[in-house]
Amino acid sequence: MPDKASGRVRITDIGPPNYEDFLPDIIKRNYGKWKYHDYIKPGVMFHVSESGEKLYTVRVGSIRLLSSDTVRTIADLADKYCKGHVRFTTRNNIEFLLDSDENIDNLIEDVNETLGFPVGGVKKCIANIVHTQGWLHCHTSASDASGVVKSLMDELYDYFITEQLPAKVRIGFACCLNMCGSVGAADISIVGIHRRPPHVLVDRVNDLCEIPSVVSACPVDAIKPARTEDGKPTVEIDEDRCVFCGNCYSVCPALPIADPLNDGLAIFVGGKISNARMKPTFSKLAIPFIPNNPPRWPEVIDAVKTILDAYKEGAKPLERVGEWIERIGWPKFFRITGFEFTKYHIDDFRLGECTMNYSNHVTL
Amino acid sequence: MSKKYDTPKLDQLKTGKWPSFVKELEKAAAKAPRTEDLIGQLEESYNVKMPLWKHGGMAGVKGYGGGVVGRFSNYPEKFPGAKEYHTMRINQVQGFFYTSDILRKLADIGDKYAGGLFNFHGATGDIQVLGFTQAEAEDLFQSVAKLGFDQGGSGSALRTPAACVGPARCEWANYDTLHMCQDITQEFQNELHRPPFNYKFKIKFSGCPNDCVASGARSDLSVVGIWKDNIRIDPDAVREYAKKMDIQKLVVDRCPAKCMSFDGEKLTIDDSSCVKCMHCINTMPKALRPGVEKGAQIRIGAKVPMVQGPRLGFVLIPFYDVEEDKKNNYAFFKDLVQRIWDFWDEYGQNRERVGELIQRVGIGNFLEEIGIDPIPEMVAHPRANPFIKFEEYFSEDEEEEDDEDEE
Repeated sequence: MPDKASGRVRITDIGPPNYEDFLPDIIKRNYGKWKYHDYIKPGVMFHVSESGEKLYTVRVGSIRLLSSDTVRTIADLADKYCKGHVRFTTRNNIEFLLDSDENIDNLIEDVNETLGFPVGGVKKCIANIVHTQGWLHCHTSASDASGVVKSLMDELYDYFITEQLPAKVRIGFACCLNMCGSVGAADISIVGIHRRPPHVLVDRVNDLCEIPSVVSACPVDAIKPARTEDGKPTVEIDEDRCVFCGNCYSVCPALPIADPLNDGLAIFVGGKISNARMKPTFSKLAIPFIPNNPPRWPEVIDAVKTILDAYKEGAKPLERVGEWIERIGWPKFFRITGFEFTKYHIDDFRLGECTMNYSNHVTL
Repeated sequence: MSKKYDTPKLDQLKTGKWPSFVKELEKAAAKAPRTEDLIGQLEESYNVKMPLWKHGGMAGVKGYGGGVVGRFSNYPEKFPGAKEYHTMRINQVQGFFYTSDILRKLADIGDKYAGGLFNFHGATGDIQVLGFTQAEAEDLFQSVAKLGFDQGGSGSALRTPAACVGPARCEWANYDTLHMCQDITQEFQNELHRPPFNYKFKIKFSGCPNDCVASGARSDLSVVGIWKDNIRIDPDAVREYAKKMDIQKLVVDRCPAKCMSFDGEKLTIDDSSCVKCMHCINTMPKALRPGVEKGAQIRIGAKVPMVQGPRLGFVLIPFYDVEEDKKNNYAFFKDLVQRIWDFWDEYGQNRERVGELIQRVGIGNFLEEIGIDPIPEMVAHPRANPFIKFEEYFSEDEEEEDDEDEE
């Protein structure tokens, strides 16, 4: 409708375009008629329709952050091999869809050459890592995201392009507890974490923040209204209560929580989204804190490799990380990995008491 | 091209086999020079080990309360190109399907009005365009709108709904995730663009219990495809699998419901005990398929840690007949969403997700308010404690209908 001030016609509230306009013909013909799928080699699978038609998928490990030029290269490859169609996955992969198997190898070679991206990420591999923006583009981040993920995937590269694991391993990365990466149920979750309360910019709280919402933002009632020396409203934080979650900073810019000395990463393991076999569950704390060590975060990589080595060694075929740990028990997990078990591993938050072992069941 | 900044730390991340985001940043900067300052600021973050962005700040387009996430550098003099480097969320095509033509046009828009930088995709599902200023926001928005795209959600709004690839390329889609996600997104455009809630609200659509959009761990309302009748078995294909794998060990023994048996030839499933976990189907996709009486399960209340701790969604409706509701333009589902929102509106607090509200007021009260009966499918087990808040009781001075029975 025409904008009153400028007189221009503005487009709003149209919602996303119709997906049907973007589907390749072979998918339009076989929509809802797929019968089964099978695998050809790492990163390559095909779906067979009731009609007998076959759709081949080549999955390419992309990264979340793409330049306009790379987007154009993806478009060129889609034109050359897939009649101009391409899709992405929820984990930042690119998928090229072909209606014959003739060009699969040419496509893979071309992808490796023009994009420089690997083909893989299907079945018993390390799936592409979902992650957040990190220092690159977020004010609440306790770590960078792209840098840790790049460092990890450089080291775990072979696990992406080949199938060497008992089952799929999904790693997720979130740079603070807001968890935009929604990684709480990944097999291995790496989470940016703070260790000190926010720094109260006493004189600025009243100008920048709504004090009642700051007080109510705290999950542990550590924030109370206070007065500055010259009588201006402000807030006070009880350091003994604060759990460093950063929620108050989210609602109040006058409570910065970033602390280069004390910010870092925690590692959780054994989460699961799929309902296959064991029910979905969140990942549990393995390592409470690893300092930020840019640009390659070697301690994080060592920790993830330790978990993967133990899992690869100990898990039965098709057993996810969480199922393996559930079977052998957490004491064994800590013994095998050598990770220290501390009081921080025992849940003391709401409902934390439900997480204790109320039985004689232990492995000794 | 000579580099504007010395970036020894980021340069290290240009090496290695995995695709390098630093190379992507440099490519973007070649098209949009402002992105050089983003690189400079990131190197500085690597030196000082903290983010260098201001908290929030206003950015957006007229008439919308979300969709644009403001990013202002803390050091605009030092990194002028990063002074304003905002994000626009663009509602993805359902199933993340694109054409080369659209991708090229989006790439051009990203170079012209922003930092030449994209996320394909953000965690919720949107395409994100990075690096524009408030002055460019309207032109950027209208350029993508002319291509047929609209913004996604941010803030205390309905966040961009997302779906798995569904029937477009998956035999396990128990309902049309793409169609439903598109319909629901279009229905609630106002709630998506103009934040009306206490906090964010996410709806995600997965076609089967493998849950490829992770709806059960992060969406306030999670719609997961499921079937009611028997798993379809192709006995010939079972025999084929038996030649190359140990069906007893890898399939039957791993069934959580222990409802399968295999005699070396024939696979038998007691479907009345099957919990639809997908393990056997995942393991033998050629031989086993979900049944034909398909629909979805609706779970409620999943969320990430902030504010009161992480929660998974619990069963609200064990079987919802999507196909039937589709004929009514999803009237049942839309009404359910509205009832949940009304309840959240009435009783929720600032920054309280619906799962936290349900926990605070009690699940029983929530169910009563939205008009859904409690059923055993909702719980892992009934309560073990006797602290029951009874609402019915007898009193001496009232004639109770069933007094006699009590005596």
